[in-house]
Amino acid sequence: MSEEVLSAPHIMEFPYTRSTGPVVGAFLTGLRDQKVLGYQASDGRVMCPPPEFDAGTNAPVDAAGLVEVGAEGVVTSWSWNPVPRDGNPFDRPFAWALVKLDGADSSILHALDADRGAISTGMRVKVRWAEERVGFINDIACFEPA
Amino acid sequence: MSEPITGITTPIRMEYRYTPGTATSLFLRAMKEGRFEGRRCPSCQKVYFPPRGGCSMCGVEFAESVPLKNTGTIATYTVVNVNFANRTVDLPYVVAEVKFDGADVTTSLLLKGVGVDEVRQGMRVEAKWIPEDEWDFSLANISHVEALDEPDAPLESYKDAI
Ligand SMILES: [Zn+2]
Repeated sequence: MSEEVLSAPHIMEFPYTRSTGPVVGAFLTGLRDQKVLGYQASDGRVMCPPPEFDAGTNAPVDAAGLVEVGAEGVVTSWSWNPVPRDGNPFDRPFAWALVKLDGADSSILHALDADRGAISTGMRVKVRWAEERVGFINDIACFEPA
Repeated sequence: MSEPITGITTPIRMEYRYTPGTATSLFLRAMKEGRFEGRRCPSCQKVYFPPRGGCSMCGVEFAESVPLKNTGTIATYTVVNVNFANRTVDLPYVVAEVKFDGADVTTSLLLKGVGVDEVRQGMRVEAKWIPEDEWDFSLANISHVEALDEPDAPLESYKDAI
């Protein structure tokens, strides 16, 4: 009874494959082609990333009607990540940032590769494209100072 | 290059340390040595295998370990027709809830050597161990169960485990 309790490393892994649906699929297809797409909502605002339903009318968004927004924008909020974890975009400290791209009225979340002291709300940043793009959010490698 | 994206893979991975607790540690140490060890409830006398720290019916802590045999009875079973990722067993196969002799609860194990149309409740089976030099602190030391050449056990003997 007094024997030591066992302990062992465990790995739990789920290799999910999921269908994107038309809107997310079009958005990711755009990223692969180095275009960032948004949705012009019924109230006139441009949402990026695009939603699957219009928040004003509840109507399904037509993926064919998505509009291209800029690959540069402005930081609307950010958070410093001092201890990156496995699977994070960088193995060194970096920021997560909400970026309102030019032409868009909402913000997209992604990593920002910049010195902590250089980051501020309102700073201009631009997309750094991944060299190999496959149709995934990581086709945007990160944002960097513009 | 021009094919539209319709699907993505989003793997999820967790790495952590698992600490099984005192009762399961005893069980896993016994498995490492090639033994089945259950534990008996001092109140209702039921033997749990795999053991727990205490009885879920009586709320009493277990004290006594009980060695169990390698043989048991299929209390109930499931025929599996759809494989999950990384499972390489040929379909269809049977997962049996085996009540090992001396135990009062069942253990889920793969049944081999019996067709899915031949398996039945009450069937007598025997646990098959993997080679001794591969034994670890794991129930996976039992690769599967196989049918014994014995008459079926009466329902009375396993009905409380269903
Ligand atoms: Zn009890």
